[in-house]
Amino acid sequence: MREVVFVRALNEALTEEMQRDENVFIVGEEGRGVFGVTRGLLKKFGPKRTRPTPISEAAFTGLGVGAAMAGLRPVIEIMYLDFVTCCWDQIANQAAKLRYMSGGQLRMPLVIRGQQGNLTREAAQHSQQIEGWCAQIPGLKVVMPAMVEDAKGLLKSAIRDDNPVVFVEHRGLYGKKGPMPRGEYTTPLGVAKVQREGTDITVVATAVNVHRALAVAEKLADEISVEVVDPRTLVPLDTETILASVHKTGRLLVVHDAPVRLGFGAEVVRIVTEEAFDALVAAPRVLGGANLPMPFSAPLEDVCIPNEDDVERTVRQMMEG
Amino acid sequence: MKADADEMKEMLRLMYTIRQFEDKACELYTASWEAGNFLGALHPSNGQEAVAVGACTCLNDDDYVLSTHRGHGHFIAKGGSVPGMMAELLGKETGCSRGRGGSMHMFDPDKGLMGGNGIVGGGTPLALGPAFAADYRGTQQVTVCFFGDGASSQGPFHEALNLAALWALPVIYIGEANAYAVATPTSEGVSVPNVADRAAAYGCPGASVDGNDVLAVHETVSEAVAHARAGKGPSLLEAQTYRMTPHCMAMRESREDVELAEWRERDPITRFEAHLQEKGIMTEAEQNAMNQQVAEVIAEAVTFAEESPYPDPADVAEGLWAT
Repeated sequence: MREVVFVRALNEALTEEMQRDENVFIVGEEGRGVFGVTRGLLKKFGPKRTRPTPISEAAFTGLGVGAAMAGLRPVIEIMYLDFVTCCWDQIANQAAKLRYMSGGQLRMPLVIRGQQGNLTREAAQHSQQIEGWCAQIPGLKVVMPAMVEDAKGLLKSAIRDDNPVVFVEHRGLYGKKGPMPRGEYTTPLGVAKVQREGTDITVVATAVNVHRALAVAEKLADEISVEVVDPRTLVPLDTETILASVHKTGRLLVVHDAPVRLGFGAEVVRIVTEEAFDALVAAPRVLGGANLPMPFSAPLEDVCIPNEDDVERTVRQMMEG
Repeated sequence: MKADADEMKEMLRLMYTIRQFEDKACELYTASWEAGNFLGALHPSNGQEAVAVGACTCLNDDDYVLSTHRGHGHFIAKGGSVPGMMAELLGKETGCSRGRGGSMHMFDPDKGLMGGNGIVGGGTPLALGPAFAADYRGTQQVTVCFFGDGASSQGPFHEALNLAALWALPVIYIGEANAYAVATPTSEGVSVPNVADRAAAYGCPGASVDGNDVLAVHETVSEAVAHARAGKGPSLLEAQTYRMTPHCMAMRESREDVELAEWRERDPITRFEAHLQEKGIMTEAEQNAMNQQVAEVIAEAVTFAEESPYPDPADVAEGLWAT
């Protein structure tokens, strides 16, 4: 194992997959590596395979989807994932549906990746979470890495997958350091990971919230035994691991940044109440983002996203209740 | 490149096939509707046969075509299976999209038929992809993207043309200016007299052609195909034509009788028949015999479609994920 930063893990995944398969190419506004994920790739692979584009999401996303139909393996970069709104037709109506509508004749091996997040004071059009939008569209896989190791392994799997994968990165994690194995490895899509074992309460958290949950679990270690489950991919979702955890602990808290209304948390609570109701000893809870456009001003934005105090307080309430 | 006599006969056969297919499809649709079964949205292309045939006969099997919601003609002209399309219309397992697509989503990737599209203008950015792939691999394949005059008012259309021209991609955009976007006349939806005039704005060649003259379409598209194969980039073509049938069988707009009669005079099939007779390439009797042979092909396709099984509901999820 070695310690690397999150963006470096993503960069290595792209580099290795481009070296491995000449059908893999990158297209998007970030071709010149403004966030560091694609840094050096234009120089290394040339403009044929790392293609900077105009600010034209519908065109370059459509190009990627069409290139996948023709057998290439595009990695489409959306600079801020909020901007999928500018190419939503190509994602929701085309990429997600063309294979099924063709009766399974087409293959759509493509990755749509980019960063999202908050707490960087970028206001409502640069602070949204798109995973729920995408997970609602049958035909799209949705991946959300929290750990450096998984960032690399999951991106490699996403590129090798023959289906459209939306790969959601959290910009709050880009500079985070973590251990990463040396050499070649992949992390399968659709397999959750128990990031910390516990016996009193299950916290299912996505992306940056995995780290919040782990910090709280550590802080409470002497009083409450918290199990932290990182789904890693929302579609397909590893319900087995989540259910097994709830069967063990009897309590479920879901934490995510996306607005709480009709969100991932609601879906996990649905699955758990339908499949493991008898195992529950407390009402399941969800901590999500506020049902608001993200405000700019720091004190306003801070109350719109769950923080460690929120997680700790809710865990305590659930244990008392 | 001009078509020779055999090619012209084949063009006529394809035009007959499209016309008869559309007529039969509308008949089946109406019967189904009257029996209380809604067969979805069916957009017939009667009157536009010369565009599909003139264009697709310029292409090789491995060239790509991206079609529209009004795509039956493109499918036939590019060599798609007629029984397969008829079965798809009826939602059968033997349909060219296994009953998962329907009228607007006919696929045959082996023939380069990458599907119709239910989103007006949705295919215009998509078409950049196969063109990019050909360029990436260094093949000589070209991509044809059909669109309607209505699609040229969609934002992604402009983005696609800009990128195609910027990167000199081997794609030919063919506008079927059929006078109406549903019921809105083109003059109320497009800010310039001809969609092809917009080519100047993207810096690529543009041409407007009589879309009811199959040989004129063929010649114009041939030049654009040669341009693309030579690595010189995209073209924005426009075929001026007229849709003689409603936008869609479920939304039948009204038209002026005078206007319809005027365009009937310019029917692309009767015009081409007259031309072939004039040039001594085919007699009227030969044309009647050909039309009759096509009628048999269509009848066989209907039988095949009607006798085919529906998909098994147990298999409803099949085809979603590639494994």
